[in-house]
Amino acid sequence: MAHNIPKTPLLDELEKGKWPSFVREIKDAAKKSPMSADLLGQLERSYREKIGHWKHGGIVGVMGYGGGVIGRYSDLPEEFPNISAFHTMRINQPAGWYYTSQALRQICDIWEVHGSGLTNLHGSTGDLILLGTTTDNLEPIFSKLNAIDFDIGGSGSDMRTPSCCCGMSRCEWACYDTMAACHDFTMSFQDEMHRPAFPYKFKFKFSGCPNDCVASIARADMSVIGTWRDSIQMDQNAVREYAAKGMDINGDVVNNCPAKCMSWDGKELKIANEYCRRCMHCINAMPKALRPGKDRGATILIGSKAPIVEGALLSSVLIPFVKMEPPYKEIKDVVAKIWDLWSDEGKNRERIGEFIQRMGLGNFLEEIGIEPIPEMVSAPRDNPYIFYEEYFEEGDETEEEEEK
Amino acid sequence: MADAVVQRRTDYGPPHYSKFLPPIIKENYGKWKYHEIMRPGVMVHVSESGAQLFTVRASSGRLISIGKIRKYADLADKYCGGYLRFTSRHNIEFLLSKKENVDPLIKELEAMGHPVGGIGNAISAIVHTQGWVHCHSAATDASGVVKCVMDDLIEYFTETKLPGKLRIALACCLNMCGAVHCSDIAILGIHRRPPRVDHTRVVKMCEIPNVSASCPTAAIRPVTVDGHPSVEVLEERCMYCANCYTVCPAMPLNDPLNDGVSIWVGGKVSNARHEPMFSKLAIPFLPNNPPRWPEVTDAVRNLVEVWAKNARKYERMGEWIERIGWPKFFKMTGLEFRKEHIDDFKHAGLTYKRSTHLTF
Repeated sequence: MAHNIPKTPLLDELEKGKWPSFVREIKDAAKKSPMSADLLGQLERSYREKIGHWKHGGIVGVMGYGGGVIGRYSDLPEEFPNISAFHTMRINQPAGWYYTSQALRQICDIWEVHGSGLTNLHGSTGDLILLGTTTDNLEPIFSKLNAIDFDIGGSGSDMRTPSCCCGMSRCEWACYDTMAACHDFTMSFQDEMHRPAFPYKFKFKFSGCPNDCVASIARADMSVIGTWRDSIQMDQNAVREYAAKGMDINGDVVNNCPAKCMSWDGKELKIANEYCRRCMHCINAMPKALRPGKDRGATILIGSKAPIVEGALLSSVLIPFVKMEPPYKEIKDVVAKIWDLWSDEGKNRERIGEFIQRMGLGNFLEEIGIEPIPEMVSAPRDNPYIFYEEYFEEGDETEEEEEK
Repeated sequence: MADAVVQRRTDYGPPHYSKFLPPIIKENYGKWKYHEIMRPGVMVHVSESGAQLFTVRASSGRLISIGKIRKYADLADKYCGGYLRFTSRHNIEFLLSKKENVDPLIKELEAMGHPVGGIGNAISAIVHTQGWVHCHSAATDASGVVKCVMDDLIEYFTETKLPGKLRIALACCLNMCGAVHCSDIAILGIHRRPPRVDHTRVVKMCEIPNVSASCPTAAIRPVTVDGHPSVEVLEERCMYCANCYTVCPAMPLNDPLNDGVSIWVGGKVSNARHEPMFSKLAIPFLPNNPPRWPEVTDAVRNLVEVWAKNARKYERMGEWIERIGWPKFFKMTGLEFRKEHIDDFKHAGLTYKRSTHLTF
């Protein structure tokens, strides 16, 4: 072995306990990788000094791409020369995060030769993260990924790598094919993902039902959340079976309904579906008895983000219901209008949610040609500070009369 | 070389997921009828065709070496035809069509140090960020705090003894790569000292109008220092968001004496029952105390246990607090309510108590 593995008395404390130990993982990689050995040394120093030792980014990448590689440099390059450059590569994950053992081994083989041997499965946006390599290795890694058909994800002010829940592949609640939609949008917007040209990042997340397992309503600029328009499918015998097995149908299900649109008399469960809010609670509680309706699609919401810059936002309703069928033209047309407007008018580092707050949802809707409807607000305004774009002058009314 | 450029293949996107789906999933795609939780960490999905798919979920730890990935691959080959997946919370899932393989797989995973669980009324794995392992703006470590918190709460991952789901997330600064702002419990690294402006580097590295514009509280303004353009920070207006540092590396906020952790509660993402909610401030500051962060693990355990003891079935942290009211929450958890808890950013007035609905 050509390199030393440093002593790490503080980090060693994190090899104890029952949760998987990332320190053990770094040590395992450090047996072969001098980069990972230096990472251990630098991290131990951070633990001692209570501060990180990474410099602010740096622009690196592979030819033809403007994103997907995050430059990272140690601020202690003399002490830890093997991580003086320690860049991250974001690899676009397959939809639903499914892999074969063969595909994972191929990625490991590339990363053993060209990187630290450390990964994140997965990063917050959804990409497979290869953690730590040098600038020289970026092109060889890309050409080898190319050979096994894995491409790079997004970073910077671009469309970020879309992600989705497992949807119809393994969930009875999926109201549309999330993996198909995620893959389709990813393929349709390769240029927008690989060449940053927006005011800031733009994320799509596809959840198959209102349980929202990919947290799209909190984390996606456009949240596509499965729902249905018709009645919840019910199997009364299965409801009675839950009751017979001890479920308190009134306490556990009926009383938890936010719309108070259910009743149970010990024999039959009734739902006033016109008042159902599609919250999923009753379906979650009794998956054998209740299922989403058959007329399925998605609600499109827009604008969620974390606090930076102007405060955190949740996505809000843009289209209450849309059928989710390829090629998803209706949604993509809206996306094109939104991107055009935001690219022209958005400020640097202004997410679409903040942009809408600044210009007002009403004005935004007008610009993208969508009619305002009550589904878009939790309540109408409670202040009288209303803008009107025109006012009447003396004589206007008679002119209008004459035109008629 | 010119040929290489011409022939370069780009923008081919990720491999199509259909290459990675096990046959049982291909055959039953969109035909799943219902599922049951067989035991903690194990689900069976039943198809309209009668086919049964067994999912075994284990914690991965998120930061994984290629040695470990190869071991996962071996397990997938041995027990489920070489197919596996990962979840949105960094768990690994093995997808089995043979029920008899469930127990031996669990035994091997546990022997490898990967607890099985995280399904149903449990704490699933903590979604988290990079921390000191790989980030320049981290106010705390991520993997280390997560490891300590989950070591402490492991029983709530491997068993389903909670009233409802509990989701914990950690972000090591306000950028929130982990988007923790809608979690039952959010652990958030915070700075508490305004940026230190390095005037010699500002002029070389930063666009001054961008730096001024980056500040949400208008605390940054252009100045001339020693004849060179630079910026100054009105310190009393700074709330340490570090957005300026993101656009200008010459304004670092990282500071061992003042960086630490804040704890937020009551957020949720799911639409089930209550609408999605943001997490709200429970504890403004806890110190960074590596390697085991005892103040943080104690605080999180206290929150989990007070909620678990008092919440009704299905009630998430935020739903429970909404029912009992915030004064009771602070009383029951023994947490101190301070000036820092009262919002003073935009729309702050909406969080003032505007009724006499009080408990005594």
